[in-house]
Amino acid sequence: MLKVDSLTKQFGGLTAVNNVTATFEEGQITAIIGPNGAGKTTFFNLVAGTHKATSGSISFYGQDISKFAPDNIARMGISRTFQATALFDQATVFDNVIVGHRLRTRSGFWDVVFNTRRLREEERKCREKAEEVLEFVGLSHVAHRLASDISQEERKRVAFALAMATDPKYLLLDEPAGGLNPDETERLADLIRKLVKHGYSICLIEHKMDMIMGLADKIIVLDHGEKIADGTPAEVRANPKVIEAYLGADDDAAA
Amino acid sequence: MKYVIGKPGAIALFVLALVFPLLTSNQYHLTVMVNAFVIALAACGLNLITGYTGQLNLAHGGFMAIGAYTVGILMTKAGWGFWPAFGAAIVITGVTGFLAGIVSLRLKEHYFAIFTLAVGFIILLIIEKWDSLTEGHNGIFGMDAPGGFGIIDFQEPIAQYYLALFFLALGIFLMWRIVNSLLGRTFVAIRNSEELAEALGINLMRNKVLSFTLSTIYAGVAGALYCGLILFIDPGLAEVTKTFDMITFMLIGGIGTLFGPIVGTMLITWLTQSLQFLEDFRMIVFGPLLVLLVIFFPHGIVGYLRLRQMRKAMAAASKAPATPAAKPANKEAGTNA
Ligand SMILES: Nc1ncnc2c1ncn2[C@@H]1O[C@H](COP(=O)(O)OP(=O)(O)O)[C@@H](O)[C@H]1O
Ligand SMILES: [Mg+2]
Repeated sequence: MLKVDSLTKQFGGLTAVNNVTATFEEGQITAIIGPNGAGKTTFFNLVAGTHKATSGSISFYGQDISKFAPDNIARMGISRTFQATALFDQATVFDNVIVGHRLRTRSGFWDVVFNTRRLREEERKCREKAEEVLEFVGLSHVAHRLASDISQEERKRVAFALAMATDPKYLLLDEPAGGLNPDETERLADLIRKLVKHGYSICLIEHKMDMIMGLADKIIVLDHGEKIADGTPAEVRANPKVIEAYLGADDDAAA
Repeated sequence: MKYVIGKPGAIALFVLALVFPLLTSNQYHLTVMVNAFVIALAACGLNLITGYTGQLNLAHGGFMAIGAYTVGILMTKAGWGFWPAFGAAIVITGVTGFLAGIVSLRLKEHYFAIFTLAVGFIILLIIEKWDSLTEGHNGIFGMDAPGGFGIIDFQEPIAQYYLALFFLALGIFLMWRIVNSLLGRTFVAIRNSEELAEALGINLMRNKVLSFTLSTIYAGVAGALYCGLILFIDPGLAEVTKTFDMITFMLIGGIGTLFGPIVGTMLITWLTQSLQFLEDFRMIVFGPLLVLLVIFFPHGIVGYLRLRQMRKAMAAASKAPATPAAKPANKEAGTNA
């Protein structure tokens, strides 16, 4: 469903993503791994339209989206989470999530002035969506807490809820388990499996190898911006290039 | 859940404003209030772009001056009545705001603030130097008070008071609608994180330009009223210190809260009035007071009250775990009230 072809991104003299070609299948979990600075987040930024590729193309369901603005790409059904989620701390979790469905609504200034039926209808829709996604990620019980008062794991789940509120088809998750302990990580992996079961397709960046090996259908390994390997977890684990660049060193060095 | 700063608080303030002229026999107090209402209306607009949308606009006083000068010039040089000139002021500040917005909002954060500082300075220079149109440093006077459509006479201070109050109330009502709607949530999302907002499918430029244009229209209306009620305008209106005053009011009252700019403006106006006898020494009282406020109320007075109430409500909710927590807090108590 998502394809990138010879994708390259240069920042001045630095090539952050170098000639990467890959496909991402519907209904699957594709993982991107690689040492720090390998270009993983930059890759997401390209797919999500935050940065424009220096060369190469990105297509989603056969449509070339490499020139699209980020809000447009979100509307097409690609949603993402960030390594750190910026929540508005002085508002409730629920209030933070409502705006996630805004892109599926059309009310503008005049609807607001006249408090039109369309606006009230769409506000109701956004609230229902927020309730639904918070329930899905298991946060209904903290929905009305202040965002500043929830745990790290709950914050990660709010990020998922926000991404889901956009009604995406494809989810890009940037180190969702970063900063979580093994138990929390396991629970988050369960949530990711649940997402796939409900028809979402996923690409995730992660450093935690145990999690990746048990979760991914396919792994793409980046190193210095280049794709050095891809395949099933077993194939990637056995690939000498990967062992040399990444797995050979102890896991800490990779993280 | 009852929130003093929600509907009941708003109604109490409004009633107080309605009966205020009955509580004072001093005409000067009315003039002070008219001035404060007008500034509060402008600050309310600044709060939309800066408080809710997160873009520090330092040209706000400049747009207020554009509104004031539009009315002043049309009335004294073209013989227009106040109300048509008032309409023109809305259109002109809206258009100039839109144009300034699409250029300046390409810049982010400090760059945007500095650019708007320059925009404000250009507005000031034009007003100062274009003597033939603006009378330069002499300022413009000799306007008639707004016409009263044969029923009210806006020459009377008390009528002027209610006119200013009417527009302030209207401005607050509209702002209340905006900030509690999906549109307001969109603005807040942009303030919170542009990166995240964009990833959620929000068009940054379109929404920022809308917020900016609306805020300049607030400034324009305030400027137009200022011209019609104070009946004297000079380039000082466009000076950046006027914008800084509004920022101070907004911070003290509570930035990004509906009533913050209003409460801040009223409070500081009356504080300044009551310290008048100290003349320039009043800054000795004023300065430390501001510092204390900022230290102990970092979210401003209204922001402090709101946060305290949200926490209380949450504590109450967690004490009664049997009730399903799934019902959202009422709308006025939401993010933006
Ligand atoms: N906006 C940017 N401007 C300049 N250099 C960048 C930018 N974003 C990332 N880089 C550089 O690109 C390289 C890849 O970074 P990144 O994609 O964040 O790596 P990863 O997510 O794999 O750790 C790094 O050397 C980083 O410094
Ligand atoms: Mg990264």
